[in-house]
Amino acid sequence: MIGSRAATAADVVDTAGMNYLASLPRRLVTVYLPLVVFLIVLLFPFYWMVTTSVKPDAELLDVKSNPFWVVHPTFAHFRHLLFETQYPRWLWNTLLVSVVATFLSLSCSVLAAYSIERLRFRGSRYVGMAIFLAYLVPPSILFIPLADVVFQLGLFDTRLALILIYPTFLIPFCTWLLMGYFKTIPFELEECALIDGATRLQILTRIVLPLAVPGLISAGIFAFTLSWNEFIYALTFISSSEVKTAPVAVVTELVSGDVYQWGALMAGALLGSLPVAILYSFFVEYYVSGLTGAVKE
Amino acid sequence: MAAVTITAVRKRFGGTEVISGVDVAIGDGEFCVLVGPSGCGKSTLLRMIAGLEEITDGEIAIGGVVVNRVPPKQRDIAMVFQNYALYPHMTVRDNMSFALKLAKQPRAEVEGRVARAAEILGLASYLDRYPRQLSGGQRQRVAMGRAIVRDPQVFLFDEPLSNLDAKLRVAMRTEIKELHQRLKTTSIYVTHDQIEAMTMADRIVVMRDGRVEQIGDPLELYDTPANIFVAGFIGSPAMNLVPGTARVNGTRPSVEFEGGLRLPLPHAAQASDGQAVLYGMRPEHCAPSDAAGLPAEVVVVEPTGADTQLFCRFNGRDISSLVRERVSCRPGDRIRLAPDPARVHVFDAATGARLGAREP
Repeated sequence: MIGSRAATAADVVDTAGMNYLASLPRRLVTVYLPLVVFLIVLLFPFYWMVTTSVKPDAELLDVKSNPFWVVHPTFAHFRHLLFETQYPRWLWNTLLVSVVATFLSLSCSVLAAYSIERLRFRGSRYVGMAIFLAYLVPPSILFIPLADVVFQLGLFDTRLALILIYPTFLIPFCTWLLMGYFKTIPFELEECALIDGATRLQILTRIVLPLAVPGLISAGIFAFTLSWNEFIYALTFISSSEVKTAPVAVVTELVSGDVYQWGALMAGALLGSLPVAILYSFFVEYYVSGLTGAVKE
Repeated sequence: MAAVTITAVRKRFGGTEVISGVDVAIGDGEFCVLVGPSGCGKSTLLRMIAGLEEITDGEIAIGGVVVNRVPPKQRDIAMVFQNYALYPHMTVRDNMSFALKLAKQPRAEVEGRVARAAEILGLASYLDRYPRQLSGGQRQRVAMGRAIVRDPQVFLFDEPLSNLDAKLRVAMRTEIKELHQRLKTTSIYVTHDQIEAMTMADRIVVMRDGRVEQIGDPLELYDTPANIFVAGFIGSPAMNLVPGTARVNGTRPSVEFEGGLRLPLPHAAQASDGQAVLYGMRPEHCAPSDAAGLPAEVVVVEPTGADTQLFCRFNGRDISSLVRERVSCRPGDRIRLAPDPARVHVFDAATGARLGAREP
């Protein structure tokens, strides 16, 4: 009785709380206007990228033409990029490095996160904290000592260098994210499996991982994006054109001296950001639930 | 099937001792209920039997084998958890066959056992559903099915009914009891609900603060509670406990209450003259009477149809009375509550311990 009364009271408060959205002018100011501002801020760089990439050079360099519009769109920059530069190869390098580094990091992070979260060994909390702290060290500091390591191992100017270096920031991040996700998986499930006769490894592979798929996907997307967009390490450890990754190659190979090939640069940036955008749009739901963490029976 | 023996078991978490020396012997095929208020250590004890918690001190033996160092999977037990702990990503069939598959049982054997368990529990048409597609009661049954298929030596239940609504809880209670009568597997059942304990158990272990207060069959606990804790915990509505002073010097030993009223002391109760005691009366044993009794004022009358409960006040204390017949009392009436002298319990007010056995 008391419960139902409280519920109706809460309903009243709730509806009253959202009532300001009822009239259109108010909704315009409180919802749509801020949304439009956000959209403009977020999408303007993309718009700029797209218009620039399809603008003929003549229009690009003409100070009198409207910078926000294209009069004679052209695909010349894309043709140049794809057929006259090594752009496809750079994309392939980026893809290879990102995918391998992501898988490597995910498999390490799963083991690390699970053991920190569930094996409750002595000092596990501190290990967890230390791993997260490692993520906070900026690459702009780390790249100098790492360069020494890369040289010593004889990996300079190879894709393997990047594949091995990227996990240094991917593993802390994925571990931290997966720890949060594993925490939401009920303890009893594992205890039940333990009584059912499963070993720790079987619990991990047959109970925890299937339930952590959304977490794995969001960690994977994050790791992939971070390594896809990575710049400093790729710039430092790679010098030959044929092993460069796209983000670095676009700004180093498409700028000759002080001549910026704006059209090709923007076309390269656009093509480079497409895979990530597509990946996000496919998995956005997993991604959100991965960050909020939710296992429901 | 196997007997479970718990000998001088202690459990410490860091500096706090949650179980301080528990001895219980559970017979082969027995349905034993561990009951007590929350935080009394009953779940911890169960988890130690399951092997999910380490035993700080003492010994637990299943079927004569000490299992202190045996991992859970080798103890040949099955456990039903409070929140069922069904694997959400597996169908009912997979949930039930998980343990058998891990044990590498032949496929035909696994299917046969799952089918049999599903038959017993009425789950045959739900085998291909996922836990999220089942109701609370059905999930509970799957959890039991998962235990049954393994045909273990001991079933462990950790408050399995507390997530169900009241009506379903009563139905599942009967179902679990029936299942036990059919399978005759030793079962240890943890609950905080004394009604569950009373209705299901062959034997009840009442625990408080990590200690056993009393062990016995349900009616034994009800008829001769060892102390005021058990007296107050077992039975609903709870026993009335009224303080008084023992008077044993005269010809008729009695208890004198505040205000000078005296009621007879049971023969078996051995009290010394002037000893402070608690006079315990079950509500159903103190009916309104025209003769002598505790003068009390009726505060609330609660008829349930089958019986009527009277909440009365005597000397500023609440006393409840349960009567089978319809009564015509109204709030404000002054009545006399006459306890049945043969069924009165007397406890030492200082220690809370029972004074003497109940009269035959």
